[in-house]
Amino acid sequence: MPSLGEIIRESQIWKSIFRHPAPVDRRNRIVVMLTNFFLHLHPVSIKKQGIALSFTWCMGGVTFFLFLVETVTGVLLMFYYRPTLEWAYNDILALRDVTSLGILRELHRWGAHAMVITVWLHMYRVFLTGSYKPPREFNWVVGVILLLLTLLLSFTGYLLPWDQLAIWAITVGSNMARATPFLGYEGPGNQLLTIDGIDMITNASDARFGLLGARFVGEETLNRFYVLHCVAIPLAASLLLAIHFWRVRKDGGISGPL
Amino acid sequence: MHGVPLDLFLKQISGFLGTYYLLLALMNAVAAYLLWQGSSRQRELFRVPGADFPVTTAFIWLVVSLFFLLISPLAYSGDPQWMRLISLPLAVRAGINWLMDPTIYTVGTLLLLAFLFVFRRFFVKPWVAWSGLNLAMLLMGMSMTDPNFAAIVTKADNVPIVGLIFLLAFFTWLATYKAVLNDDRIKQGLEPLEKLDNEKVLVWPDLVYTELICMVAITALLLFWAIALQAPLEEPASSVKTPNPSKAPWYFLGLQEMLVYYDPWMAGVVLPSMIIAGLMAIPYIDFNKTGNGYYTIDQRKFAYVMFQIGFLVLWVTLIVMGTFLRGPNWNFFGPYEIWDAHKVEALNNVDLSEYFWVWFMQSSRPRAPEDASDLAKIGYAVRRELPGILLVIGYFTMLPPALIVMSKYFQTMFIKMGFVRYMVLTNLLLMMMLLPIKMLARWSPFHLKYFISMPEYMLNF
Ligand code: HEM
Repeated sequence: MPSLGEIIRESQIWKSIFRHPAPVDRRNRIVVMLTNFFLHLHPVSIKKQGIALSFTWCMGGVTFFLFLVETVTGVLLMFYYRPTLEWAYNDILALRDVTSLGILRELHRWGAHAMVITVWLHMYRVFLTGSYKPPREFNWVVGVILLLLTLLLSFTGYLLPWDQLAIWAITVGSNMARATPFLGYEGPGNQLLTIDGIDMITNASDARFGLLGARFVGEETLNRFYVLHCVAIPLAASLLLAIHFWRVRKDGGISGPL
Repeated sequence: MHGVPLDLFLKQISGFLGTYYLLLALMNAVAAYLLWQGSSRQRELFRVPGADFPVTTAFIWLVVSLFFLLISPLAYSGDPQWMRLISLPLAVRAGINWLMDPTIYTVGTLLLLAFLFVFRRFFVKPWVAWSGLNLAMLLMGMSMTDPNFAAIVTKADNVPIVGLIFLLAFFTWLATYKAVLNDDRIKQGLEPLEKLDNEKVLVWPDLVYTELICMVAITALLLFWAIALQAPLEEPASSVKTPNPSKAPWYFLGLQEMLVYYDPWMAGVVLPSMIIAGLMAIPYIDFNKTGNGYYTIDQRKFAYVMFQIGFLVLWVTLIVMGTFLRGPNWNFFGPYEIWDAHKVEALNNVDLSEYFWVWFMQSSRPRAPEDASDLAKIGYAVRRELPGILLVIGYFTMLPPALIVMSKYFQTMFIKMGFVRYMVLTNLLLMMMLLPIKMLARWSPFHLKYFISMPEYMLNF
């Protein structure tokens, strides 16, 4: 009698998906890395120290995993949440008090905080092991952009609950844009951008206005931040993550002493 | 938790604190057990004279564990009498509050980190680090019975920062531990430890399983965190009711703290851009080929120290200060101080140009006549601020060559890097150092506000 596992693994469906026997022997452990879409991100074999937890702290991996957690919980939250002045706060309130899976909001928020922390720790590790040195200079640069995107993701998400904490944190944060040199209404040098005596940089045309979509944090801002948070920045981050991982491989895998 | 009577507050916190001490007891018990098991790792410290009893490290941690086990019921009791025994004495708290100000805090953390760095060989020893952890945990526990301390530390959005502090401490210890080992090996002509694990292993199962376990652990942690702590939700947004203090999200509080010393165009726009650009520039200005792919400090001391000044000393400590020690009106509050919105702090800061013209030249600051043309007004402003302008320009242009002349180290650096890279490096570092310089100038008896102050053009520096 073949066991249930064997029946499943011998079935046409299973074989059509995996195309090779279970990775229990050396040959198939190699094959699985080459044929599986998700696993082919990795090489087949790797230096032992490259996977030592005490070396990488697994922080890049944890950051990526948190990014995935944020994506999944974020999409689910989007089913509930409407980014309008009328609904935003109430939807969050309902997530807390009424909705059965309201804990998704906690997962999403704490996951976001955790991701900021782990991305810093990852950068810290990469610095302390000198892993940004040639040939990995460019991947460090990609990483810095990812760091910036992580912070921006967190920042734009902070506004969405539309409570006092949210709008004032974003107000404080975005007030600084008002002082952008040349392009900010209260920044040095904006007087230079004058045509025929008409100021080009006003509080309705400066950098802060571009960020908020209005003169103060309002409905336009909520919409703008929502789109940035749910679409634009995640897309940009995904692209850069793909490049980041690709480059880890192309630069010769995890760094190590020569 | 403000406004709650003390005994009620102690009741509320008692469950948490009791469990906290139980966990500490468990932590030390596990450490003792592991040391006792792998008996080669436990060291005999001394023998009790008379009785033939070896006092080992395992024994010490067992005693510590028992200590935490004993104070745990005191915390669980929630009784003010008992809890007083496991609280920092009021006098100590008052003393710390009284001592603390931005100067002491910032200089103090800098000195502490420098001290840890210089004596790192001692502090990375596992038993020293473990004692440090225990002490920090105990201090934290004994502070939690203070309502003001508890109120800021347990604020839901602040909890991650408490976590960040401990995680950073742990990973800094780990990295330094490995660096010290490697540095010793390198001195003896051996290769770094990482090199010993050079053999290749298959990714399935070695890496894939590690990743799976990591994912499960993170998921569990996140679930626990989400169940234990509710995400904050305050009153609905209102553009007329400004909360005091209004704080940016915690990861930007370093920038908000810089607003004390810089105008927004610097703190909010120029400096963040410089941080990003500076980080990106690191691989291109660090010409040191050694220390690639393993932990070391001695082989790249300059890069290491500069990075730590930027990251731990400036970025992280300012965030911690902005989160825990800045209250209403962005005033500074000690860790056990009540956040009183009416606290007044005298602010009489003076610009450099005032010192120059009024104090030094004994005249008044140049001022453009009312009917002067726009260009003439600029001329007057520049003349008024000339001392500061020259100082700033000199700082960025004269110091880099001066360093080459004065120090052999920078001379070699210049030769190896070439003009452009050297100037980029030194200017980035000088820009970073300007923040502590501005802090010192502000705290000094001169209370210096701006080097260059042209409010009419919104250009203050
Ligand atoms: C969303 C953010 C990021 C994710 C998900 C991510 C992910 C990863 C992963 C999975 C690795 C493999 C090794 C490891 O886990 O340590 C890695 C390597 C690397 N990362 Fe990141 N990273 C991020 C941000 C950054 C940042 C902010 C930097 C630097 C500023 C950076 C620089 C690098 C470099 C240079 C490597 C190669 C390290 C080596 O070979 O030892 N990354 N990253």
